[in-house]
Amino acid sequence: MPASIQHGRSANHTLRIVCPNGHLGFAPIKTGSFRIGCHCDPDLICADSGSCDVGPVPLGADISSSPLQWQVDDLETMLLAARRLGLPMIVGSAGDTGSNSRVDLFVGIIRDLAKKHGLARFRVGYFYSEVSKDVLRRRIAAGDEIAGLDARPPLDLATLDATERVVAMAGIHPYIKLLDEGADVIIGGRSSDCAIFAAPAIRRGFPEGLAYFYGKVLECASFCAEPYGGKESVLGEITMDDVKVTALLLEQRCTIASVAGHAMYERPNPFYEHFLGGHIDMSRCHYEQYDKRTVRVTGPQYVPATELRVKLEGSGKIGERYVGIVGVRDPYTIANIDLVTQWARQQVSERFGDSGGYELHFTVYGRNAILGEREPMKERQAHELGIVVQGIAPTKRMAEEVCMIATRQMFYARLPQVKGTAGGVAFLLDEVMPASPAYRWTLNHTMRLDDPLELFPTFITEVGV
Amino acid sequence: MTASRKLSEVAKTIRSKNAGVDKITFDVIFPDRASYDRVRGSGVLSRAAVCGIFSIDPAEITDHVEFDPALAIKFTVYRRIPSGSPGDADVFGSQQYGPLLDIEVPGG
Repeated sequence: MPASIQHGRSANHTLRIVCPNGHLGFAPIKTGSFRIGCHCDPDLICADSGSCDVGPVPLGADISSSPLQWQVDDLETMLLAARRLGLPMIVGSAGDTGSNSRVDLFVGIIRDLAKKHGLARFRVGYFYSEVSKDVLRRRIAAGDEIAGLDARPPLDLATLDATERVVAMAGIHPYIKLLDEGADVIIGGRSSDCAIFAAPAIRRGFPEGLAYFYGKVLECASFCAEPYGGKESVLGEITMDDVKVTALLLEQRCTIASVAGHAMYERPNPFYEHFLGGHIDMSRCHYEQYDKRTVRVTGPQYVPATELRVKLEGSGKIGERYVGIVGVRDPYTIANIDLVTQWARQQVSERFGDSGGYELHFTVYGRNAILGEREPMKERQAHELGIVVQGIAPTKRMAEEVCMIATRQMFYARLPQVKGTAGGVAFLLDEVMPASPAYRWTLNHTMRLDDPLELFPTFITEVGV
Repeated sequence: MTASRKLSEVAKTIRSKNAGVDKITFDVIFPDRASYDRVRGSGVLSRAAVCGIFSIDPAEITDHVEFDPALAIKFTVYRRIPSGSPGDADVFGSQQYGPLLDIEVPGG
């Protein structure tokens, strides 16, 4: 063990996990700190690969937002270390979305890597998280409400019909089942980030409050360390009494501020973390600096749910999409940019009608594009604007035309006082570009379950030689 | 008492990020207890102040907490449109904190 990792393994019952990446595949693992982690006597190597941050397109279109080669590289780094050390490896929410096709993709990558490296046979466990729309339709028909989260109304049939794909957020249960069945590598469908790490800890008898906290603090890897620097590995250790987390990159440390700061990262409230089966209450957590690079945490409480409810994520297609980009430099045109976009809209509507089944969006960079109505500096005029035009329609051909009319007609916008009569905007390219189809999050809901495994079928396969 | 300073000079971290697909959460983290207490006490990041800065209704704020272990003030707001829907220009919610930087902290 390198001298930088000052604390030895606690004398009591412990479980150590190295987490090399907070979103496997999204940006490559930094292998230096991961190698250090592998020398720290870990019991497992675990990483989350999912996020709904990437927007609704990947789930809806059933694609990854990460390039295949990066996914392969990260899985290769983890797999070779895990097999060499004889440790279980767990990856949750495969391929950004955790849809069935992403699980199959990752299992296939593991199979190919095992073959490529001539690895001795091992067991790959995996589970799916997709929920069929028929299941949801029957629930609604039976009056079993699919409740909305974050002020959304209950799911109705129209919204369900407009949905392309739904995944449910698994808890610890399929991971524990697959570990019980002897899986050496687990590829999970969509799951709560903390469950990936909590599952092996709870299976080994550690208290649930600590175990879920353990997952929560590890799931983003080095985001719980400072100075800021992603994709570096961290080492976690759980005992019956505490959780410790250690930064592995020599330049990073886990501090009370960095670990507590991470406790509130990308969640509405720093005191509660919800998952299938309950939540943890972190309001009585105590953080202490254990050694130079390690923070020790005690006090998270597990609160079991009175009713088992699983979170559902769903994405629905709006249409095909093209994008155009223009710039404006004339201050008069900038001051009257709404008249320009209005003109462009009108030209599209003259071609396709007012309710022509298309959408047109103008994102005016330089004028409240990012905050919209929430922008406090609404009245400050920029000296130039960049405008991104999105045309969305049922077919690619129509989306292209909608976008082309809107983009090109800004060039011909009729402003009464304009001095420049040879073109109202500057084109970056005199073309519109095909983009991913437009999707929207249709489900951010919860559904009652009788059994925490009922939506998550598990499978075991053998790979290697 | 010193003159006021901008929040960007007082805080260590000022950030925004999605909290799920329908909310954006803001974290303002301070380097020491004194600056944390000063900003808390000043009210410049109170619920009412946040509503004023972003022209939002109090009902749009879902959480507003002071988090001692991290020396942080944290609040969460509903999005106007879900992350990544056409018309949303900040899929990760990561650039919504801009207006907080120039807040004047009295005696900062």
